[in-house]
Amino acid sequence: MNCQDVSNELIAYLDRRANSAERHDVEEHLAACADCRTRAEEFRKLWNVLDEMPVLEPSLGFNTRVRQSVAAKPRRNWFWWLVPQQRWAFSLALLLALSVWMARMPNTPTVATEDEDFNAIKDLGVLENYDVLTKFDALSELPQAPAAQPETPAEGSHTPDDNGGM
Amino acid sequence: MIRSDVQLMLDVKEGHDASFDLLLQRYRTPLVNFLYRMVRDVATAEDLAQEVFLRVYRARKQYSPTAKFTTWLFRIATNLALNSVRDNRHRMMEVSIDAPAGEDQAPMELPTREMRIDEHMAERDRAGFIRRAVASLPEKQRVAVLLHKYEEMDYGEIAKVLDCSESALKSLLFRAYETLRVQLAPLVSQSATQRAGEGRPL
Repeated sequence: MNCQDVSNELIAYLDRRANSAERHDVEEHLAACADCRTRAEEFRKLWNVLDEMPVLEPSLGFNTRVRQSVAAKPRRNWFWWLVPQQRWAFSLALLLALSVWMARMPNTPTVATEDEDFNAIKDLGVLENYDVLTKFDALSELPQAPAAQPETPAEGSHTPDDNGGM
Repeated sequence: MIRSDVQLMLDVKEGHDASFDLLLQRYRTPLVNFLYRMVRDVATAEDLAQEVFLRVYRARKQYSPTAKFTTWLFRIATNLALNSVRDNRHRMMEVSIDAPAGEDQAPMELPTREMRIDEHMAERDRAGFIRRAVASLPEKQRVAVLLHKYEEMDYGEIAKVLDCSESALKSLLFRAYETLRVQLAPLVSQSATQRAGEGRPL
């Protein structure tokens, strides 16, 4: 065993965790190597020095704080809202299904002609009861409309409106 | 009869919170000290220790005694501590690169062999000197030393905490103690002198 080999086993030898074969090999080397023997002695002293590190006692409220944190509900993660909750998941699924169903409905646009439009509105109730409007009392106070003029007046003649306007 | 950690944890799994209190009482001091030696701040160490216990409790339903309880406990603690140290380091860099460094960030002053140790100790206390020497180790070496020296965990456990082989761990420990032997040489030699003066065997 050389110095390099001993370096890997020296700690286990010093803390008495090496097996008997390893111990024997290390002791044999230490007996022959003054440098490794010095290092081993200084490691032992170093461990005594390290024991001087003071031990810190936890503060008085430590146990209480741990118990409180254990009793508290776990905090939600930032992505909690991505987790599908039952109601939301059901609502979204329903909405999606409805959208798909509506999108797949047959789409047959109709070209409405004037005749079809007239036929559609001619049956409206207001037109059927047009007489009601004509018999409305307020309408009776309006001046009577002049008699219907002939469709093609004689050449050079003027209507009363034309004269009044001059 | 003292119940083992595994038995207590299995009790906690069954819903016996009194067993959790026993585990808390058993490991609160080692855990706070381990974390304090990692992060070098008492309040942060207690916060992290609290978080470790909380994670243990929340994971109770999934607990299975495949490894030692302490391996699991200190693995959680190590991960939290390393994250805290890295976050803090990053935050300190963000705060101001020109700001004067605080005591924790100051480069460690080591006494030279020529310097009288009592002179140095007049400025800085001995325990603080040791603590800073340990804190100056690289992260993995520091965890290895703390678990080996102060928690007296066996090599298999420490290797699991650090996720490395046992032979790698032995090499890691040797390098860590070699660094400390050099850094703390004045204290080591003083310790030897005192013991020689007291007539005690080394």
